[in-house]
Amino acid sequence: MSALRKETFALVAPTTLLFVGVVATPLLMTMLLSFNDWNATKGIISVLTLKNYAEIFADSYFAEIFLRTLRISLWVTVISVLVGAPEAYILRRMRDPWRSICILIVIGPLLVSVVARTLGWALLLGGNGLISQALQALGLSSGPVSLMFTETGVIIALVHVLVPFMVLAVWAALSRMDPAVERAAQSLGAGPVTIFRRVVLPQAMPGILSGSIIVFSLAASAFATPAVIGGRRLKVASTLAYDEFLNTLNWPLGAAVAMLLLVGIVASVFGWNRLVERRYAQVFSS
Amino acid sequence: MADLVLQGLCKKYGDVTALDRLDLTVRPGEFVSLLGPSGCGKTTTLQMIAGFIEPTAGTIMLGDQDLVRLTPDKRGLGIVFQSYALFPHMTVRQNVAFGLEMRRTPAAEIETRVKDVLAMVGLADKGERYPRQMSGGQQQRVALARALVIRPAILLLDEPLSNLDAKMREDMQVELRQIQQTLGTTTILVTHDQHEALALSDRIVVMSAGKVEQIGAPFEVYERPATPFVAAFLGKTNQFTGVGTGRELRVAGDAVLPSGTVGTVVLSVRPEKLQLLGPDQPGLRGRVSLRVFQGNHWLFHVATDAGQAVVIRQNDGRPVPDEGSAIRLGMKAEDVQVRLASAA
Repeated sequence: MSALRKETFALVAPTTLLFVGVVATPLLMTMLLSFNDWNATKGIISVLTLKNYAEIFADSYFAEIFLRTLRISLWVTVISVLVGAPEAYILRRMRDPWRSICILIVIGPLLVSVVARTLGWALLLGGNGLISQALQALGLSSGPVSLMFTETGVIIALVHVLVPFMVLAVWAALSRMDPAVERAAQSLGAGPVTIFRRVVLPQAMPGILSGSIIVFSLAASAFATPAVIGGRRLKVASTLAYDEFLNTLNWPLGAAVAMLLLVGIVASVFGWNRLVERRYAQVFSS
Repeated sequence: MADLVLQGLCKKYGDVTALDRLDLTVRPGEFVSLLGPSGCGKTTTLQMIAGFIEPTAGTIMLGDQDLVRLTPDKRGLGIVFQSYALFPHMTVRQNVAFGLEMRRTPAAEIETRVKDVLAMVGLADKGERYPRQMSGGQQQRVALARALVIRPAILLLDEPLSNLDAKMREDMQVELRQIQQTLGTTTILVTHDQHEALALSDRIVVMSAGKVEQIGAPFEVYERPATPFVAAFLGKTNQFTGVGTGRELRVAGDAVLPSGTVGTVVLSVRPEKLQLLGPDQPGLRGRVSLRVFQGNHWLFHVATDAGQAVVIRQNDGRPVPDEGSAIRLGMKAEDVQVRLASAA
């Protein structure tokens, strides 16, 4: 027994050390930092105080940024579901070689550096970008339309990056589906729309829900895209924390923002997961 | 109720012919099995009747209705899939009710019909279960109930029992036959299991490599196989090469049957039709190389100069030859199929 215990410890130790070293320790330090005080002349003051949190909760400036982060993340999630779920369904019904080509196009965004991809969007979304020019050429707009530094622009760019995660999650759920089930529904008199709504969609639901968790948490914590498209004018929680750290140099306040963002994401992921598990436990767990 | 008539039904994939000119008329209430090894075209045929595969040529008529022109959802056929294909996110009751909802049957009628059909397949108290929570046999019954509740013109069964264990399969065979007899639903079964086809069908269509080998009642197909393929595929068969002298047939030098045939012949005899005779009686000489007791019958392997023979003898309580003993194999003219070997 004790020999087994020793072996177990020996095997688990490297991973544990790595985890403690690179994840737990910085996280703990950030948390401690968020309870420290700060002023412009003395810098970080090592005391324990809730001042930073009080400031964030009292100031509507912060509330606005957190609400914006939530709003953007929810929109990105909803749009990713609307785009990604049908996309996965269509992809699954395609045949090679088109299927492989289309999968590559879908996964493509993940292969390009996030900065390069986002700067590409900046070119498209700007006042003299392609979208603006196209709208003017079509007579839909009288002047240049810029989506830069708008929530719409950030949402578009984020959806582009995050939709592959939704497609992959839904794809995985659909792969578990027996293809004969759709034919069974058809033989019982169901048309294509009914089959999708009553047979395919419910079975894709676990994939959609887990994809939503991934997309939501990635959207809420995204940095590069909101930083480039949203810039200084349109801050979200992650760019706010960055600015507090590097511009204002108020590390404790930035740490508090980061902690709140983390807690918010973890809470929503856990809550969502509980909901999903309760709803689908008897149907999909074996 | 109308006849289902398949005429000149063909399916080609490029140069590969999956089904070659099938003609078949299925009468109302009849239970017909398509039997053959995998790749013989039986499943292709079923899929074409169901509407999931389009025929390359030929017609499928149900009475005066041309089924080929209808999509699967308009054909009104009940299908039981090999994998059962139940809706995993619906309860048993919801699964069975699905087809009726598609037909816009009034809710009250749906309720009674679902209840009746679940009672018929013995799942009256399992309506609120999900498929995952049921055994293979129970899922099979749900699939059957779901197909039958819409009162289909034809019931199509695609290897419905192949995923069940042997005991369960036998029980389901009996039950399936009883349900089919009670409802009088025209039924087409696809199977590679000869016992299933023999036990369930009114008629069997034996298929091989896209072609029909024989169509007939189970007893007829078993007793009088039309081709060597049917003889070999349905049940076990002993084949001996022999010579016809004009007066008798000789196998490995031993006279076995009187016959006027001249030339090299192939004799086919079922294992249960071979007689085990004493060493001094007329027949094919052999030695018992293996004897297995299987309760209601004995199984013998007999080594002869014409190759190994399999013999089955009912256990009637009397003594049987021991392993290693010399015997003779006797056969009766009416039990033996004799073909001239010239064709081979």
